Amino acid sequence: MEIKSGLNKISLYRRKITNVIMLSLSFLSALLALVPLIFVFYYTISKGIDHLNLNFFTKLPTPIGEPGGGMVNAIVGTLILVGIGGAIGIPVGIMSGTYLSEFGHNKFGSLVRFLTDVLSGVPSIVVGVVAYTLVVLPMKHFSAFAGGVALAILMIPTITRTTEEMIKLVPQSYREAGLALGIPKWKTTVLIILKTAWKGIATGILLGLSRAAGETAPLLFTALGNRFWSTNVFQPMASLTVYIYEYSTAPFKDWNDQAWTAALVLILLISVLSLIFRIITRSKYKV
Amino acid sequence: MTVEIDTQSMIETNVRHYAEEVNNIKISVKNLEAYFGKNKVLKNINLDIPEKKVIAIIGPSGCGKSTFLRCINRMHEVVGGKITGSITLDGENVMDTDPVLIRKKIGMVFQKPNPFPTMSIANNVVAGLKLNGFRNRKKLKEIVEKSLKQAALWDEVKDHLNDSGANISGGQQQRLCIARTIAVNPEVILMDEPASALDPISTTKIEELIFELKKDYTIVIVTHNMQQAARVSDYTAFFYMGELVEYSETKKMFVAPGKKQTEDYITGRFG
Repeated sequence: MEIKSGLNKISLYRRKITNVIMLSLSFLSALLALVPLIFVFYYTISKGIDHLNLNFFTKLPTPIGEPGGGMVNAIVGTLILVGIGGAIGIPVGIMSGTYLSEFGHNKFGSLVRFLTDVLSGVPSIVVGVVAYTLVVLPMKHFSAFAGGVALAILMIPTITRTTEEMIKLVPQSYREAGLALGIPKWKTTVLIILKTAWKGIATGILLGLSRAAGETAPLLFTALGNRFWSTNVFQPMASLTVYIYEYSTAPFKDWNDQAWTAALVLILLISVLSLIFRIITRSKYKV
Repeated sequence: MTVEIDTQSMIETNVRHYAEEVNNIKISVKNLEAYFGKNKVLKNINLDIPEKKVIAIIGPSGCGKSTFLRCINRMHEVVGGKITGSITLDGENVMDTDPVLIRKKIGMVFQKPNPFPTMSIANNVVAGLKLNGFRNRKKLKEIVEKSLKQAALWDEVKDHLNDSGANISGGQQQRLCIARTIAVNPEVILMDEPASALDPISTTKIEELIFELKKDYTIVIVTHNMQQAARVSDYTAFFYMGELVEYSETKKMFVAPGKKQTEDYITGRFG
């Protein structure tokens, strides 16, 4: 029996061809998206691997003209700066995200949501200038603390909006189940809703931290940089990104090479950070 | 017309008479009206619920059954609803009491099983206690076992109490939710179509469970399934368009309904 309603052989053939073409196109696009990442890895590894030795992680930078040395102060500096940023940005981000999704269905909520979106679009150099005005000028000198504040401001919108979106994904039925058991609203929110959404929130935090670790511009106005060993958060502090900027624009071959190594170390640092974070936040059950 | 009113009042008298006989009205609803915004979804509901009985609420979709149930434990407010009138639990007005305290006394089982996915089976059972600060491990363990036994789930899960509560079957999940509700030791259990998302065997299990539970608890169950109402309940209330049309003993309701509307509904002529 002949099948009539449009399902003849030609249209079937055409549908299969279209399927193959579209599938290959989307596969190629996916591949294309990976290309920049592969290049980044290729260049940083091939150019940075030479200086990647124990000295880089243990020694301080040498004076101009003297070869060798390392960037231990910048590695520790980046960790401290991101740490300060996270200590301020993570709690504020999570709490404001929770507020927005659970209680922010009013005008104030919409205003906060709008302003957070605006803030996430503000160039990081502007945030640096703001932190300079807010923290550096009153304290009368550059400091790691000011850098941390700048990084926190950059982190907050990412963490806030991811938290809000992730909490919204938690089905209403869990909220109701918690409340119906006589668990107060705040406990239901923290111990049930946030816990269920935790994995997604952790991803948001990680994004925020990684972005902060890779920022240079705001640190130029705040933490400034430091060629010596310092862990005093109220003094200027070195960071990998500022070193990458300084060393890659310097007229010395040795410094340019070290800039590549600094970039490689920064990538490694963020990878290790995200790995540790994943392990810590791994939940027992699949949600 | 007059005949109809007579029958109605007769049944009401009977119910009242019976209620006086057992002399224990658990929940008393007076002039209850519930709103969603300006939309009135419940109109002047008056109803007494006797202790340790099963009350079924039936009616077509959108008649206000679920809203009525959610008024009793003040969950109606959670979704932004408003209530006027009074609901008393043992003479104490629910509307004047803190909702958290009310919900400890009036538990609720939802239509779709909703065990907490981040918790083990055991922790799901005692979630209401643990999250409210109850820490005695030995006691918690006892409560897990007792509640799961009461919910007829113990034998099926006793060997994997630490597995996720979301990885068991739908029917088991619903019994887990019942166990969770029992664990906080409520006086009343509200059930919002507890078996409508389950297969026939799980449904039978839930119905048998309700029969067991009414020895200890007052149960109000909303159901779409008339046979289920007839099987499990002692009293039935028929809601239509936000009004309580008829409330009487289940036996009477299904054999000789007092109102034409009720008869039409339970014989399947509309709804």
